[in-house]
Amino acid sequence: MSAQKDRWVSSLVFLLFCASSMPRSGSVGLQQEPSPQHYFSGLEAGKASLAFFTPSVSPGAQPFLEQIESSAEALQDYGISVVKVNCPKEDVSRYCGKENALRKAFLFRGTRLIREFPTDALFDVNSIVANVLFALLFNEVKYVETLADLENTENMLKGKSNMVFAYVPATGTAEHRAVMEAAFVYGTIHQFVLTTEAALLKATSHDDPDVSSAWLSFCHCQRATDSAQPCRRTALGQPLTLLNIHRHLKLMGAPLVTEVAQDPEKVSTVHLQLGLPLVFILSQKETHEADRRTAEFVAWQLLGKAGVALLSRDLVDLNVLHRSNVALKTPDEGMPIQYLVLEDTDEVITLVEDKNKVKQIQEDEQQEEEEEEDEDEKENSNQDIQDDQVVEAVSRDKKRELPLEQVLVLTEENFHSSLSEAARTVVLFYASWEAVSLAVLRSYSEVAAQLKGTPGVLLSRVNCWDWPGLCSQENVTQFPTIKVYKEGQQPATYDGMWATEELSSFILLSRVPCPLKLATMDEAEGYLRGEFPSELSSPHHTSLLGVFSPATSAAREAFEEAGNILSGHVRMGMYFEDDALALSRKYSVSPPALLLARSGGRSVEGIALSKHSVQDMVQMIRYELLDIFPEITVPNLPQYLQLRKPFLILFCAGDISQMESKEMLKLARGRTQQAFVACWLNLKKTPVGHGILRKYFSTTPSLPVLLWVNLHAGGQVFKFPPEQSITEMNILSWLEKVQAGLEIPSSTLSEEDWKPPLPAYDFLQMMEPSVPELSPHTSPQAEDTPLPHPPKNPRGDTARGDPATREEPSQGSTAEEVGSPGRGLRGTAPRLAARDKQGKRHGEL
Amino acid sequence: LGLALYAGSLCTVSGATFIYHDYCVIGAGPAGLQVAYFLQQAGRDYIVFERSHAPGSFFALYPRHRKLISINKQYTGKSNSEFNLRHDWNSLLSHDRRLLFRHYSRDFFPNADTMVRYLEDFASLLKLQVQYNVAIIHVTLEKNEQAWNGHYFLLTDQDRKNYKCSSLLVAAGMWVPNVVNFPGSEYVEGYETVSINPEDFAGQTVLILGRGNSAFETAENILGVTNFIHMVSRSRVRLSWATHYVGDLRAINNGLLDTYQLKSLDGLLEGDLEDLAIVKDKKGKLHITLRFYLENRNISAGIDSITLPQDELDNFATRAPYDRVIRCLGWKFDFSIYNRSLRMMPGKGNIKKYPQIKPSYESRGTRGLFILGTASHSVDFRKSAGGFIHGFRYTTRAVHRLLENRHHGVPWPSRVYPITQLTNSIIKRVNEASGLYQMFSVLADIILLRENVTAFEYLEEYPIGVLAELEMQTGRKARNGLFVIIMEYGRNFSGADKDVFYYNRAVGEAQHAWQSNFLHPVIYYYKHLPTEREMKLRPPEWPLPRPDAIHHIVEDFLTDWTAPNAHILPLRRFLENCLSTDLRNFFAESCFLFAFTHQKLPPFCQQGYLRMQGLVGSQELWQHAVQAGLLQDYTLTDFSGDRPPDSHDEPQEQLMRDHVVPVRPLQHLVNAKDE
Repeated sequence: MSAQKDRWVSSLVFLLFCASSMPRSGSVGLQQEPSPQHYFSGLEAGKASLAFFTPSVSPGAQPFLEQIESSAEALQDYGISVVKVNCPKEDVSRYCGKENALRKAFLFRGTRLIREFPTDALFDVNSIVANVLFALLFNEVKYVETLADLENTENMLKGKSNMVFAYVPATGTAEHRAVMEAAFVYGTIHQFVLTTEAALLKATSHDDPDVSSAWLSFCHCQRATDSAQPCRRTALGQPLTLLNIHRHLKLMGAPLVTEVAQDPEKVSTVHLQLGLPLVFILSQKETHEADRRTAEFVAWQLLGKAGVALLSRDLVDLNVLHRSNVALKTPDEGMPIQYLVLEDTDEVITLVEDKNKVKQIQEDEQQEEEEEEDEDEKENSNQDIQDDQVVEAVSRDKKRELPLEQVLVLTEENFHSSLSEAARTVVLFYASWEAVSLAVLRSYSEVAAQLKGTPGVLLSRVNCWDWPGLCSQENVTQFPTIKVYKEGQQPATYDGMWATEELSSFILLSRVPCPLKLATMDEAEGYLRGEFPSELSSPHHTSLLGVFSPATSAAREAFEEAGNILSGHVRMGMYFEDDALALSRKYSVSPPALLLARSGGRSVEGIALSKHSVQDMVQMIRYELLDIFPEITVPNLPQYLQLRKPFLILFCAGDISQMESKEMLKLARGRTQQAFVACWLNLKKTPVGHGILRKYFSTTPSLPVLLWVNLHAGGQVFKFPPEQSITEMNILSWLEKVQAGLEIPSSTLSEEDWKPPLPAYDFLQMMEPSVPELSPHTSPQAEDTPLPHPPKNPRGDTARGDPATREEPSQGSTAEEVGSPGRGLRGTAPRLAARDKQGKRHGEL
Repeated sequence: LGLALYAGSLCTVSGATFIYHDYCVIGAGPAGLQVAYFLQQAGRDYIVFERSHAPGSFFALYPRHRKLISINKQYTGKSNSEFNLRHDWNSLLSHDRRLLFRHYSRDFFPNADTMVRYLEDFASLLKLQVQYNVAIIHVTLEKNEQAWNGHYFLLTDQDRKNYKCSSLLVAAGMWVPNVVNFPGSEYVEGYETVSINPEDFAGQTVLILGRGNSAFETAENILGVTNFIHMVSRSRVRLSWATHYVGDLRAINNGLLDTYQLKSLDGLLEGDLEDLAIVKDKKGKLHITLRFYLENRNISAGIDSITLPQDELDNFATRAPYDRVIRCLGWKFDFSIYNRSLRMMPGKGNIKKYPQIKPSYESRGTRGLFILGTASHSVDFRKSAGGFIHGFRYTTRAVHRLLENRHHGVPWPSRVYPITQLTNSIIKRVNEASGLYQMFSVLADIILLRENVTAFEYLEEYPIGVLAELEMQTGRKARNGLFVIIMEYGRNFSGADKDVFYYNRAVGEAQHAWQSNFLHPVIYYYKHLPTEREMKLRPPEWPLPRPDAIHHIVEDFLTDWTAPNAHILPLRRFLENCLSTDLRNFFAESCFLFAFTHQKLPPFCQQGYLRMQGLVGSQELWQHAVQAGLLQDYTLTDFSGDRPPDSHDEPQEQLMRDHVVPVRPLQHLVNAKDE
């Protein structure tokens, strides 16, 4: 702080030097002139000098001379020389000759006598400087005696320049000197008006001023437009010293509101230089005008106490809470800027005026910040930010119009009639406000585009928000739901991935019966090759053919039932003609049997059907359809997870190399009853694999990398030694070591529960202060206790709430009572609504 | 005498033959028909007795001026039939879409005749079992251990025919006029009989006793032709827009307030009718005086000997004589037909016109006797809508559900959902449910949590007054905590003297939602079902005891609580924190990552992705999620991998910190209710 003081003192001195443009003559101090002639001939035009004439010996004037001599230095600063002129004995001229002239001091400008001062008016240095300057600054400092004079002056100045109105109880005082010294510097900028009339001071002041002490106020007449109104005044709240006046005028001269578009840490204004705090009103483009008005309002309130700057958040990248609306920069070096969330302007003013409060808030905020950092730094600030990726993605996409022309809108009225229009009607039941529904609707529109023109399939949708009766009638209890309606059959509910690919394949597959009855051997063979029926022709799918002898009905019925369950997911055929035995023989099984044709019938596997329950059959079919060494992808992982086995997974940067594929396949085939899932992952196709590796190793290891992941038991992750080559033998021996506990896991999967990502608003706690009967301690009898005046203000955003800000509402309301124009800050902080009952909801904004 | 009467009736009863039904309903008004519908749907043995020849006999006479003040909204801009019932105050509940009142009248305030026609159709189209022209004149009990409630109800009609029932549902309405007796009350005409022809009032000066809708309705009719109308009642006028109670003076009837406040033409006075006296002068004019002046006088001595207030106070307000005095003081329940053994007692205080009932609508005096319809309004008098069709159609359904559970072992209907549907099911109900909306703070949706918080059970429109008895009354178990969803107005917002139009009356910020003033959803969370005692000790004016946590969904100008950030997000956070779980939705890709990196998965992945129902989403959505920083784009991954991972943060969470909230410049519109 002292360093600060030094700074502004030196700046003042510098300013004074500049202002006193007159060259300083010689050394500081009293000049001696041998004779009046000599003195008068040496006077320069325009230069002021105070002279006193003294006979060679004049013991009576001694004390007076001492004062004059000591004022010489002070006057020197203003370019006024103080000259002691020795009167030769013989001189009887105007100044030396007369006895009484020797008891006076004379002020000259050039050779012109401005004023003569009796020695009793120059009783000390203050009075000398004050009176001399007063005389010299006759034009710059107007002396008024009546209110009318003052008002006249004021009115003349309106719209032109500002006025400094000073009252001193008496002339020649230290205060008078201070005003004069200030006028010397600022007289050309502002009109100074001086009075010693106590009555005038009283007339201009609202409250009862203490007439025994000096008073100075700055009148903002330059801005005044209304001639009927007196100019706005800002009183100097401190004792009238030159420094204080200088500070005050400097502050009054500074712009009311500074617009800032740079890092507030780097901003420096005259206020900070003068040791005053700077208040930033944080603004944004949308509310700029309102914020500017708010800032100006605050600035007027804080004039002389603090500076106000308008900081545009759009231009400056602030790393602060979004809801912060005010920042406070204190002049102390090294103090960080505090960002605050305040409710109205009263709080800003309180913040500045009440230093203790500032401290308290600082401490609280710091404490809070620390706590926040310690506990959970995300807390509160992000509470109202969407952290649900689906909801956020959908709401960001809501403006895009979906291509839903291909999707028929069904209502309660047309639902049943539409179902009979096509062989198959796919209905998406959704709710237009629900994010997952809308995400699926997007995939659904893509499916519609893909299936456009496919005969016999109608895609439609029902918005359950519009037709709740229809949805509950169709037994739709959650959103989204997709059902495929077939004439005369129970609708099938889609239970696969909510993805375009899977959904459209489901719809296509459900066009043919499942299982499909094959009538001839040719059809059966064609089916296994993936060529029959034509609707399903796709060489890549795995086809399943159940072969039954005409007699075995139990197994066939179970198979048909299983087909119903797997409908849409699996291509299932059924052959039970007389020559079924011949067909199955071909694949070295006997009916009842399953024939499994992978990739277009190039390999057909025969499996004997031993179990005949539907569930077993479904499970078996699902199991048989799994690949031996699959590439793991996002859609297929759940199928393999259901095996609940550890994963032996090879992460590859791209396609798996032939070599590794061969070795792994050997390994996978090696034991029929594998205790693990051998698989690989293509990072190009499934980039999220990088996320997995990063989680395991913090950096992506060199690829390919083979891992043993114990997904279901313990969660350990082991990494196959990269120096070894991936061969069946190496892997097996490594696995033995892993199983024997000889390897150290590279990582362990987190065991953490999925807790709420962020806290909720604790309304119960917020309500307690205003609803005392709610508190668990209050007995019902205590209900009569009168409600306290406006409920204390729990900070809506934090569960803790700090005492300092909680106090503010009451402060605000008292200020209001005495008539201060409280104004909400809501323009600046749109996120801060009026939080309180009547007491707080006064704002005009 | 009472005893003799009792004995006499027993005698006749015991000798007679009875017609037995499980359920007897007295009255074929809206409530009687409504419960008949539910009983019929459930296939129960029931009968409705109606003393008139047609349903809704009260509506055949009243309101006298034939304008119903229940709104009949034709258009809401929505096709949601459940939601539309929020603004259809006249229809009864049924599955038959023909039986919506808007098909009967296009008037916003329909004619009462339409209601009569509607009720006739309701009874006949749904083939309800109603016996017309049967007036039950006596009801008594017959003790029987076998009976459902330990006794049978014995009913006798005007022809001495007898009926026996296991359960008695009284939907007889409130039809006995409230009468005040004071000296001169013989000069008073009743609302029931007063002329409704304005011509009859031409040039007359009228005094109306009472200050309810019937009083104002009567005044409205004759306002234009009278000299002036004065209205006297004990309490100040209660405007329904200020009290948020539909039984108070509705704006449609308040023409007299206009002339009073604008031109001091007509006027309102407060005074106790009990202190009043009316004297008739020789010209037939009626003068108001005070009972006090009459006490020592002989009225028969003639008017001249009676002191009038203006004799002492010559500017006494009602010194001008009146031509007519009309009584419009409302109705009360007919207690006369119930035998004393039924202990049908009037309520206390301002609900003395209603019989005493429990919050389950069962009589306090007799088990198995339920009061339905407008007479059941003591439960929520001056609070909610239980005294009106648009309210009691729901409470009647609730009573029926209680009966189904109690007598037929059919538990309260409910649906079980996976926990991932928790937020959705609440949002769906608060946005469309009409019962919650109409019977705010009386009926509540209840969510019963299942063990391990994997699933929950949803019960609709349960009367919260009997929350403590939930397990017994519904047959459902509440062992793992529960949510109670109700609608509330802001505390201290409603009231006869409240300014409900003050600036900033509406809250726009989710974080200040607890200060919401307009009807908004509130969710209470209890770890354990509140006990009887806790219900009793609940804070005054609170519908429920202190919960373990509470959530208010911020009031909404459109009553549309589907905004993702302002409504759904805070609700989800509340639910998550009550259940201590993560209820976010995740794309399949995130679930895939979690499956490889966590031993446990969030519920959404568990119940979706792991069951092969993952949400893959479209490319656009994926990009939006990446831009929002909620999903990481690994395709751009550089393989240097120099970035140290967080110990246990998800990468997306890390990104989330830099995520900037979009500015909401239209914030001022959030509080649009100000203007």
